[in-house]
Amino acid sequence: MMHLPVYVSAIIAFVLLAAGSLVLPDWAMFLFAMALAKGLVCLGIVGMMRGGVVSFGQGLYYCLGAYTATLVANSFGVSDIFLLTLISAAVCLAVGLVFGPLLSSYRGIFFAMLSLALSMVLYGTLSKMSFIGGTDGLNIGAPTFLGWAPEGRPLQTALYIYVVAIVVIAGALMRIYFDSEQGLITLAMRDNELRVEYLGASVRHVMTYNYVFGALLGGIGGTIAVLALGHVDPEFAFWTTSGEFVFVAILAGYLSVPAVFVAAIILELVRSFSNLYFPNTWQLALGIFLLIVIVALPGGLGSLIKRSKETDT
Amino acid sequence: MSTGLLEVRDVQKSFGAVTAAKDISVSVPKGAVYSLIGTNGAGKTTFVNMVTGYIKPDSGVINFGGQNIAGLAPRQITRLGIHRSFQIAQLCNELTVEENMLVAGAIHGTTKPSFLRPAHDKSARERAIATLERFNIAEHRNRLIPELSGGVKKLLDIAMAMAGETQIMLLDEPTSGVAADEKFPIMDLVINALKAEGVTVIFVEHDMDIVTRYSERVLAFYDGQIIADDAPDEVLSDPEVQRYVTGGPA
Amino acid sequence: MDLIATILVDGLIYAGWLFIVSVGLTLVFGVLNILNIAHGSLYAIGAYASASLVGAYFAAGGEAFPFGSYLALILAAVLVAVVLGPLLERGLLRYFYGRDEVLNVLVTYAVFLILEDVMKLIWGVNPYFVYEPYTLLGDVEIGPLFYVGYDFAVIAAAIIVGLAVWLTLNRTQVGKVVLAVIHDAEISQTMGVNVKRIYLGAFMAGAFLAALGGALTAPMISVTPGLGVNVIIVAFAVVIIGGLGSVPGAAIGALMVGISRAASVHLVPEAELFIIYFVMAIVLMFRPEGLFAKTQARKI
Repeated sequence: MMHLPVYVSAIIAFVLLAAGSLVLPDWAMFLFAMALAKGLVCLGIVGMMRGGVVSFGQGLYYCLGAYTATLVANSFGVSDIFLLTLISAAVCLAVGLVFGPLLSSYRGIFFAMLSLALSMVLYGTLSKMSFIGGTDGLNIGAPTFLGWAPEGRPLQTALYIYVVAIVVIAGALMRIYFDSEQGLITLAMRDNELRVEYLGASVRHVMTYNYVFGALLGGIGGTIAVLALGHVDPEFAFWTTSGEFVFVAILAGYLSVPAVFVAAIILELVRSFSNLYFPNTWQLALGIFLLIVIVALPGGLGSLIKRSKETDT
Repeated sequence: MSTGLLEVRDVQKSFGAVTAAKDISVSVPKGAVYSLIGTNGAGKTTFVNMVTGYIKPDSGVINFGGQNIAGLAPRQITRLGIHRSFQIAQLCNELTVEENMLVAGAIHGTTKPSFLRPAHDKSARERAIATLERFNIAEHRNRLIPELSGGVKKLLDIAMAMAGETQIMLLDEPTSGVAADEKFPIMDLVINALKAEGVTVIFVEHDMDIVTRYSERVLAFYDGQIIADDAPDEVLSDPEVQRYVTGGPA
Repeated sequence: MDLIATILVDGLIYAGWLFIVSVGLTLVFGVLNILNIAHGSLYAIGAYASASLVGAYFAAGGEAFPFGSYLALILAAVLVAVVLGPLLERGLLRYFYGRDEVLNVLVTYAVFLILEDVMKLIWGVNPYFVYEPYTLLGDVEIGPLFYVGYDFAVIAAAIIVGLAVWLTLNRTQVGKVVLAVIHDAEISQTMGVNVKRIYLGAFMAGAFLAALGGALTAPMISVTPGLGVNVIIVAFAVVIIGGLGSVPGAAIGALMVGISRAASVHLVPEAELFIIYFVMAIVLMFRPEGLFAKTQARKI
């Protein structure tokens, strides 16, 4: 059967992560849910990194997804988590399809800075729109699950299981994509665009696919994050938020999908401890950590897994 | 006019004040092997670049299979069946030889490149290795590009271009960067492999021994123009060609 | 008629500011081939340093000669360049020369993150106000319009900066060497140019210009954390409109953005936020590398 190893790993990952809901304390379950939701956004950046570009503005879709869910929930009374996720994903897909082709001819610093600029435009716009909360943002009620409306610990558990399921499905799909023909063409394009064009493939199309997948994942991540937090504000699109996503992607590297979520969890753990003990030096720590990763671990966490595999065989 | 597979008529191209192509007209029949000679800057590579879409001619017609392809994008021209190799082999350095070939196979497969089908699929690998074998480089399949010799790189470059339904192959200096004793073996291998599939070949070459040995017809370029278009012996004994291209009787 | 004059004057004032903050960015990119995100931090540090120095100047009895505070502004920028320039260039960036562009963006981004918190540690999170230098030059009356004199000082500063950079590059021995390094660092090295020194010098000049931008701006605003990020985005927009690495490009880019923004503020205020990106998008549509970028043909 095609992709059997991916399916098996996905099922094991789901069981293990879902089992966490039985043992994890409330704070840890919340932290994991947030980390996994942000990990989805970072997975999108990793997909673009495989094609040789890094988006410094992925907060655009994280924020857009979160606001879409909140506005739909508050204006139309939709509370079903599946429906909210679908609607946000659709909106981010549409926006991604507009910007993807525009950005697809840019590389390197141009791509990085243009994507950053786009996210900062959204940040600025939302901050000034007082009728949707301005810089204070908006609150969103607890989600329901196909009519079931849990509260307290069951709500947390349900939300956690939901994000685990989405992460496992998205992770498996991205793994299949990375290993596919199109996935290999992405790697080839990062290496030598001229070669790929002269083989008859469109580099711009490949870039657009990766961008659009990143938009989708960003929107879904934002939707889950806002439902877990119960609140969204323009900071979701701020450069610091996007910067953390880039950080996770660099820490993870592009070789391994699980590494992305491990990196996201590490970041959330480090953040909550440094908030506790060094509240004003979080960015300082992040910056130093980033430099260390760039120098000491250029392939990211994923390269550790791959390296140990190679030494095994 | 005769109806060759590739008909180039009155093509002009200038870069600012420099004329890179002036009244270029050529007819290449199906299955022929043509070579292009000329000093650096004479317009050979410009010709290759115009036919393969890297450069858009200012005017003129490039007819291929009843369609004017002048000004089409490289990937559109490639899709029609005109492929090329490069002076400096264009390969993906972070991938292995086999993976490079798999990229070519994925793009040229009978179906569009898939988001689901694994690139390292068994049948895809078999096809890739078969092509590598045809060019005698299958033994290098697990090596990364920077480890390869110049000759192997050139062969892989050509092999990748041959993954599709190639009708015309333009080779831009296939033996440059290749060790002297490898030149003839490589040309033997390439020309035989291409001829076996009925591919029309146009190659740019500086070595007149290779030109006389492998080409059926020679186009001599000078100053953006074609100054001779004939059989190799005729062209090489042409006094103009001797003066401007070869620098004396061969 | 008044409206056009207002737009032009406002646009020039904004363009002057834009030019000062972006010319250093383009210079550093031209020479070191690094897009320095930390340019925004250097700007913010310049603002803080000048707020502190000007504050200290008046605290030490500077009222007797208030114009001395302008020297304090410039001194602040010099200090930032002399302290942070060598620290960043020699201590960090030189290990990344010739590496991937995006990797280098990440490196300077890390520096940016670090400096954001360092600023909070040094200056705290409360705003600083140093309005004195802003009011010293009085008001200027143009027809029916009133402007603060200091705004014109910013235009003058931009012109002086522009001329100084241009003359240094094109009319001095050092400048010719810098242009040679921009053109091809490797060949310059083999011809005996001390490329290391040029890199350090260019980076310090860039740091000085960033800090000067901040120092000159400090009297006009409240200096608070987070100043840097908007500057780097706007400066990047200006620089890519003009073409990365081009000094005249930065001037043209600053003028285009400055006047368009002023026009938008007065005509369609809702578009103020987007206008910079709109101008950028239009320019990139026709000149994907910016107006004055050096074109690099790929040889195949």
